[in-house]
Amino acid sequence: MTQLTDLTLAEARDRLTKGEFTAVELTQAHLKVVEAKRSLNAFIVETPDLALDAAKASDARRQAGTNGSMDGLPIGIKDLFCTEGVQTTAASHILEGFKPPYESTVSGKLKAAGAISLGKLNLDEFAMGSSNQTSYFGAVENPWKKTSDPKAKLVPGGSSGGSAAAVAARMVMAATGTDTGGSIRQPAAFCGITGIKPTYGRCSRFGIVAFASSLDQAGPMARTVRDCAIMLGAMAGYDPKDSTSVNMAVPDFEKALTGDIRGLKVGIPKEYRPDGLSDEVAKVWDQGIEWLKAAGATPVEISLPHTKYALATYYIIAPAECSSNLARYDGLRYGLRVPGKTLDDMYKKTRAAGFGAEVRRRILIGTYVLSAGYYDAYYAKAQKVRRLIAEDFRKAFESVDVILTPTAPSAAFGQGEGSDDPVTMWLNDVFTIPTSMAGLPGLSLPAGLSADGLPLGLQLIGRPFDEETVFRVAGVMETAANFTAKPEGV
Amino acid sequence: MSLDKATVRAIAELARIEVKDEELDHLAGELSNILTFVEQLSEVNTDGVMPMTSVADITAPLRADVVTDGGYPEKVLANAPEAAEGFFTVPKVVE
Repeated sequence: MTQLTDLTLAEARDRLTKGEFTAVELTQAHLKVVEAKRSLNAFIVETPDLALDAAKASDARRQAGTNGSMDGLPIGIKDLFCTEGVQTTAASHILEGFKPPYESTVSGKLKAAGAISLGKLNLDEFAMGSSNQTSYFGAVENPWKKTSDPKAKLVPGGSSGGSAAAVAARMVMAATGTDTGGSIRQPAAFCGITGIKPTYGRCSRFGIVAFASSLDQAGPMARTVRDCAIMLGAMAGYDPKDSTSVNMAVPDFEKALTGDIRGLKVGIPKEYRPDGLSDEVAKVWDQGIEWLKAAGATPVEISLPHTKYALATYYIIAPAECSSNLARYDGLRYGLRVPGKTLDDMYKKTRAAGFGAEVRRRILIGTYVLSAGYYDAYYAKAQKVRRLIAEDFRKAFESVDVILTPTAPSAAFGQGEGSDDPVTMWLNDVFTIPTSMAGLPGLSLPAGLSADGLPLGLQLIGRPFDEETVFRVAGVMETAANFTAKPEGV
Repeated sequence: MSLDKATVRAIAELARIEVKDEELDHLAGELSNILTFVEQLSEVNTDGVMPMTSVADITAPLRADVVTDGGYPEKVLANAPEAAEGFFTVPKVVE
């Protein structure tokens, strides 16, 4: 029998239904792994007692026949989602000890569907980072190891690094992530799992600690395409508490996995093959194109001419929105307070002590680009270029149904590498940021291993609110890729 | 764009973040690098392009102007670093 912790959500759901094991047994098996793999630092808060109580309640619901779509399935919640009565920190000192008196819509929907939360997962501070090294609660370690240097600790990617590491290490069956510029897709690629950032507006942002409100979007991270489809179905939907959530029906995403992509046109953007793209990444991308051809789809070369400006656009818009959103951390209503002689003095001391270096840097950049005299030159300019980037995609989707690109320019790198220069670190998101700027759905799935034994991901991008086509193509690629490699000790 | 120390100090003041004098040089260098990086946007022709404020193609929804929440000051104050008599407390702001 397959270990309980190695099952997919779909398999566990079906076997719980058959009564082969209970939600309590499934939860206990995962809690053991959470304990055994504590050194990865994937969790900020573990909630085993709450999880076991919830599992007992789940088993009772199943007896009564009132179970939901994810009943009894152990998951983790990125510590950016407010969870009622359970500490929510955004991995920042400034929110240490904060216990929200309310629940985020997405985590609430997952609980209503019966999912069992095992705790709150580590991330980059305020979701700002691509390596999970900016967390106040310490870096997260990727469970994967280089074959050439098995002792080196690798980053899990970021910002949803705790989520990706926990799913890959079988601590949880799936986890919530959030994605502002690649924070679901890049860590999914680094940890050899699957994750989707749905269309902006598909999931409610209510109760998610805000970073850049015009970009932030929640999504599922799991080990298969089907599992992502199941979990997105439980997370998505209109919410009157988020005026940017879209009031349209949530399809049955699992039904989209027909396995048939004959006749589909797959865009291959030429701008995603810059000089110096790693041979390994280029090779896995070419392999992906071949898989889709073999399944009856037609690759079409497309041009997204403003791609090279996406990173610069993002690093004006995201810091601008962050400087505005993070103004709320004032030491008055929740979180850290450092006493000061005056009100202003208290603000300044609290915010200096509470924010880490990357968050402070982004607040300062954002403050500058929004300040009088510079607003038009930076912020308004970036908003105009953003429209051009979005237009590139709109035009491309007139002739193709889905777009295939690499997820990240490299495999996972070592802790401590590349963190000296913030701009170099940002290059990790060069393939994911354009999708975010345009608000489109983007999914990353593992497609192969590097020469050093590390997972490499491919990204599928869809039309707005057409996650179904993305899932359908991803399902076919997953079968072709047959990615069965696992990290060490799993 | 190269930022000098005085500008960084002014930005930090606007952002209400205390920055020590000895950090200003380093921060000015980092922020200047970032601004130099983003200034590549100046080469993009954006004449006649409307700024994009949101990807969501929706108008702000209206709702009835009624009270739907509230009545639990203890929950609102539960996370306050300092509270007294049902209020948040702040340092003295009037001399």
